[in-house]
Amino acid sequence: MSKPLKQIHLAAHFPGVNNTTVWSDPAAGSHIEFSSFAHFAKAAERAKFDFLFLAEGLRLREQGGKIYDLDVVGRPDTFTILAALAAVTEHLGLTGTINSTFNEPYEVARQFASLDHLSGGRAAWNVVTSWDAFTGENFRRGGFLPQEERYSRAKEFLATANELFDSWHGDEILADQATGTFLSDAKAGSFVHQGPQFDIHGQFNVPRSPQGRPVVFQAGESDEGREFAASAADAIFSRYATLEAGQAFYTDVKSRLAKYGRHPGDLLILPAASFVIGDTDEEAEEIAHQVRRQQVSGATALKHLEFVWNRDLSSYDPEGPLPEVDPLVSEEHISRGRAQVRMYRDPVAVAREWRELAEANKWSIRDLVINTGNRQSFVGSPATVARTINEFVQADVSDGFILVPHITPGGLDVFADTVVPLLQEQGVYRTEYEGTTLRDHLGLAHPDQRRAERAAS
Amino acid sequence: MSSSPHSHLHLAVALDGTGWHPASWREPVARPRELLTAGYWADQVAEAERGLIDFVTIEDGLGLQSSHHGAPDGRTDQVRGRLDAVLVAARIAPLSRHIGLVPTVIATHTEPFHISKAIATLDYVSTGRAGVRVQISARPNEADHFGRRTFPPFDLADLASPAGQERLAEHFDEAADYIEALRRLWDSWEDDAEIRDAATGRFIDRDKLHYIDFEGGRFSVKGPSITPRPPQGQPLVTSLGHQTIPYRLIARGTDVGYVTPQDAAEARAIVAEIRAEQEAAGRADDTVHVFADLVVLLDDDQAAAEARKDRLDALDGGAYTSDARIFAGTAAQLADLLEEFAAEGLTGFRLRPAVLGHDLPRISRDLVPELQRRDRFRTAYQAATLRGHLGLARPANRYAAA
Ligand SMILES: Cc1cc2nc3c(=O)[nH]c(=O)nc-3n(C[C@H](O)[C@H](O)[C@H](O)COP(=O)(O)O)c2cc1C
Repeated sequence: MSKPLKQIHLAAHFPGVNNTTVWSDPAAGSHIEFSSFAHFAKAAERAKFDFLFLAEGLRLREQGGKIYDLDVVGRPDTFTILAALAAVTEHLGLTGTINSTFNEPYEVARQFASLDHLSGGRAAWNVVTSWDAFTGENFRRGGFLPQEERYSRAKEFLATANELFDSWHGDEILADQATGTFLSDAKAGSFVHQGPQFDIHGQFNVPRSPQGRPVVFQAGESDEGREFAASAADAIFSRYATLEAGQAFYTDVKSRLAKYGRHPGDLLILPAASFVIGDTDEEAEEIAHQVRRQQVSGATALKHLEFVWNRDLSSYDPEGPLPEVDPLVSEEHISRGRAQVRMYRDPVAVAREWRELAEANKWSIRDLVINTGNRQSFVGSPATVARTINEFVQADVSDGFILVPHITPGGLDVFADTVVPLLQEQGVYRTEYEGTTLRDHLGLAHPDQRRAERAAS
Repeated sequence: MSSSPHSHLHLAVALDGTGWHPASWREPVARPRELLTAGYWADQVAEAERGLIDFVTIEDGLGLQSSHHGAPDGRTDQVRGRLDAVLVAARIAPLSRHIGLVPTVIATHTEPFHISKAIATLDYVSTGRAGVRVQISARPNEADHFGRRTFPPFDLADLASPAGQERLAEHFDEAADYIEALRRLWDSWEDDAEIRDAATGRFIDRDKLHYIDFEGGRFSVKGPSITPRPPQGQPLVTSLGHQTIPYRLIARGTDVGYVTPQDAAEARAIVAEIRAEQEAAGRADDTVHVFADLVVLLDDDQAAAEARKDRLDALDGGAYTSDARIFAGTAAQLADLLEEFAAEGLTGFRLRPAVLGHDLPRISRDLVPELQRRDRFRTAYQAATLRGHLGLARPANRYAAA
């Protein structure tokens, strides 16, 4: 007997502050005006996506001690833009990346509970753990948190926020005008939390929101990050959208659930995925190649190489050969404020491999960066892209994808208009929203229901 | 009488729950079960916008509402529980077109970096209608919600003592630093920093981004903001004050101060004090509006308004008192009072409707037409931004080379 077909989850990542986003294209609009966000969100809702996703970085990135100027720079405040987007959408989930190091639980819990109320149950929180002192310079406590404590703080932060969300049960507001009883319980919202990171007590002041708690995402690569997700998240935002790496990640993370008494369906795996669509597969390949060249200008290629070499390479010609000099191995890194600083664990080996590759293929610096960089996840005609996405999901690469278009704000439109109808025809993707909350879209139980089930078993 | 807009008054409406009278939620018009919905707030803002009001403020706090200043009161017969004011403002922004949106933030416990970008973003989503009302919190119970500082108990009487004054000064100094950090962060991007220069591959001209290097008594902030300079350049900064220390903050850092005179003489004295502080702070040439806060109950005759106050007081089990003068009467009487106060140098008023569902429509449908008849209020929105409504120019960027 064959497995029943999985339903595919799709979401949209607003084009980010990195070189995936092509700002030099004539079609590229504003990255900050509300009209861009509204256009993007409405396209995602038209395509019946589960949610819109926003990343966050709390310090402008620097390289070589200067603000990095080659990519899109500048973004809105996460909570504020999501609350505004709730006004121009009806069903779309609203997922915000919010850091657990440079925030406090009482405030973040109020913000997510408020967003959940104001959106009628569509809020989600991607809990990230950037801890670096560089980012800390923008905040009251500076770089107070050692790297090895990032997940203990994140775990305790989330647990504390959950205590706050659960401090109201949802039946306290009577607002009985005749008897004059507004609250059924003077102690509503009471909480006490004592732990290494937070020692707080009092009364939470936002009554229970439609989803009880926001949907929780996690994005982090390490073993600790995966355990955190397995123990406490509803979904993972990962970077593994290829067949083998995706399957390996999926199996790894889902196998960690049992020890927390959780089931595979309790944690969705949703990798970031880029795409290029053409009328034919050949045309799409052609466009994909052009997009890669837009994403990797000569200047960007040099900066990318600096990232590995950890040296100033501004005197090199991007159209010329790779540097003979070896990468500088140092505690100090030339780049600051990026989430993926530790991507290259052995830069000297990477440099050697790249030199050999470049020589063998007669590649310039720019050619090399284009050819070794991530290819778009899905490239082809609408039929090819729809088929591949479905095959990947059925093969447990993931439970769906968070699509990352390279053009703001219109980059999602062609996907919505051409690929989504094909997935709907195949019966693997919704034709209408069936519920009203993001939990409904993702097939996740309400926390009260989970608690009742646990109590009954 | 001159018809120049200079004789026009400015009006703000202070939104808080079902209204400022603690028994307001028991009125049939009150909708107390909808306080946590977007629709409720959208309707209030639409009603204020119908009255061509300059802006609404939205109250907030980092603890449950209380009838005591210093601590929770355990009462269950008044509205308790609320939403984050910045998020409420953002949720309403796309649904309104002209009116300014001024949420309250608590400087004592929040991060200036986060709030700066939040208000900048509110300015983007409202296309230039954002402001902020900066408040401090000395409440021990709110500090316990953060666990990072402990404050001793206090009541309002303590604040007059030297120790109380010192404590107040510390909070307001921090608020002044906070406002300075917000303002520097808003200017940390020059307006034309985004260049999209295909030839050099640069999206921004990084020479037009600035570290703010703010160092204050309680925090430091490096900058620049992650959010580009907002449409208004500097969103409106506002604050409420009842005595010298907060007046100094109003004078040093804000565009609008809310004050609570009981009569015309007091209004004159407060305005004089703020103007003197403004001069001392080197801001004599800057426009700082001084608005009087008034709690209002409006009806067709004074007796009805007073009877309504009595009825609400009885429901609440005691006479409602307020830091602000409580006005009960007709729209024409209120217009008289506003004119009398304005003659003392106040440029506007922040009206706190006693019952939002009743008194806000009375403001927009009775008071505003009355003021228009007297040529003391706009008959249409004239400007596109909140600063514009208040006659404030878009300021130059402090970091831009002259
Ligand atoms: C796919 C992915 C996306 C991420 N997005 C963000 C982000 O938007 N903002 C952020 O501050 N950190 C982001 N991070 C960083 C992680 O939250 C985490 O702090 C970092 O990866 C260190 O944890 P780790 O050692 O488990 O990877 C992201 C990580 C991954 C893998």
